[in-house]
Amino acid sequence: MSVAGATGIFDSVQRSSAMAASARRRRMRLLPYVLLAPSLLFLGLFTYLPVARVVVESLYDKPHGTGAATSFVGLGNYARVLSDPAFHKAALNNLVYAVGVLVPTLVLALAFALAVQRSTRFSAVLRTVFFFPSLVPLVAAASLFFFIFLPGVGLLDYYLAKLGLHGPNWLGDSDVALWSIIGLTVWKNAGYYMLFYIAGLQNVPRDTVEAAMIDGANAWQRLRFVILPALAPTTAFVTVIALIQLLTSVDHVIVLTRGGPSNATNLLLYYIFQSAHENFEYGKAAAATLISVAVLLAISFGSLRIMERGARGNG
Amino acid sequence: MMRLRKQLSAALLAALLSAIAFLWATPFLWTLVASFRPESAGSADMASLLPDLHPTLENFRNALDSGTFGLYYVNTIIVVAGVLAVQCVTVSLAGYAFARLRFPGRDFLFYAFLLQLMLVPPALIVPNLRTVVDLGLYDTLPGVMAPYFASAFGTFLMRQTFLALPRDFEEAAAIDGAPWWAIIWYVLLPMAKPGLVAFAIVSITAHWNEFLWPLMVINSPSNQTLTIGLASFAMGAEGGKEWGVLAAGTLLVMAPLAVAFVAFQRRFVDSFVFSGVKG
Repeated sequence: MSVAGATGIFDSVQRSSAMAASARRRRMRLLPYVLLAPSLLFLGLFTYLPVARVVVESLYDKPHGTGAATSFVGLGNYARVLSDPAFHKAALNNLVYAVGVLVPTLVLALAFALAVQRSTRFSAVLRTVFFFPSLVPLVAAASLFFFIFLPGVGLLDYYLAKLGLHGPNWLGDSDVALWSIIGLTVWKNAGYYMLFYIAGLQNVPRDTVEAAMIDGANAWQRLRFVILPALAPTTAFVTVIALIQLLTSVDHVIVLTRGGPSNATNLLLYYIFQSAHENFEYGKAAAATLISVAVLLAISFGSLRIMERGARGNG
Repeated sequence: MMRLRKQLSAALLAALLSAIAFLWATPFLWTLVASFRPESAGSADMASLLPDLHPTLENFRNALDSGTFGLYYVNTIIVVAGVLAVQCVTVSLAGYAFARLRFPGRDFLFYAFLLQLMLVPPALIVPNLRTVVDLGLYDTLPGVMAPYFASAFGTFLMRQTFLALPRDFEEAAAIDGAPWWAIIWYVLLPMAKPGLVAFAIVSITAHWNEFLWPLMVINSPSNQTLTIGLASFAMGAEGGKEWGVLAAGTLLVMAPLAVAFVAFQRRFVDSFVFSGVKG
């Protein structure tokens, strides 16, 4: 074997190992996309495709059960949705519902958190009691409240009667029903948001609170001028996740009132559900979905910095 | 004098808190009491919070008989376990990519994930139902699971978890020639267990309790989940007569999570705080 032959072999070994290395580098370059592929596939199918679908479907109409062909109606579905009194009612209800739940929920969540933040046994029990409703299905909470709200014999009327009071028809009176649903939701959610305030309170600088105390600030002043400002990021974050949640869960409406009486408890998502699932008006449902997607995006982008800080975990 | 006043106000506060806590727990206490009350007691005093002197399991037996609760349990467990199993794979892989690898388009893809936190699946039930129909998954349990297979929240949570781990172990494994999957499986995941557990708790709770989406996807009674069974049970109830059975049914639906919560309280609370704080 000549020297030249040996170097030839050496060269080719070196070349092939260089080729293997570059193949490996190429594979490594592709690796991130391979790892993300399964997630991206399902994100594409169930987060991006549906948005594209509602954009397209909202432009068409196919009358259900008539056998009529699908026809392009342009913005016709939007016009129909936006001129539908039931949609106006649902949008307005959802606004009242969102504000009506959010404000008392935040106040209670903070109050609970302040009350149970010390690590005593009593606090632990209270924490459990306040948090427990957020662990049960909204459907289960609704079925409990069906009997609480039952006219005459239900828990609420029974004990009001003992006090000599006479309650309204909690779910049957169109002036009251939405507030009954709001009450249920406050009870269900306050304990969940309490957890975030408990976590937030741990980040309130102790020495600032103590300094305020030494300066003679009373409990209310400490809360108002020291603790609340320090909790602002928590409040902002909870507000965003609460609003998203209040726009996207209607299980209790389905079980308790089906949007009634006379649309008094109709909410946006229930309106969408009803249009698609009960009235088979897909074009209308698609248009309404896109409107609610726009609202969700507006809320979220308005607070993107907060969401991002949460997601990136710097906060 | 000062100390006495302080003690007095502390006692008052404790009393007030106890009263509020009692009020908060009343729906559950009432359910518990009602579920053990014999039907013969009638509906006149159904609102009573006092336990009956002769507790009975009759309501639970009736609830288990009237709904096909056993089947609902099985279906719910399949959905919850199926979603979680797939999610564990997708979020671990994606979390690793975002935590450890640099690649073009990373920030863009990160935002592409972020959007799922806003466009939550319930908002997209109508178009997603059509996709599920197109995929031939209508009225099947995989159809209920599919929209949740990718989880932005889980991906971010695993990313955070991986970022907090030291790189030394991986680098040692890489020098020894371990491929990427071995590094994830044998090196990173064992250390990332707390993150996975936190994610699992949040995911299990969410899907055990879910209602609207399964209601839309599932048609045949044999594929229904617990929440659907309970809802049709509740919506079929007329007046106070069925309260005992419904109370029992509600407890049966809540029981597994409630027991798990009582057993692993700290874990649950930490997971939910983590779920919010991290995304």
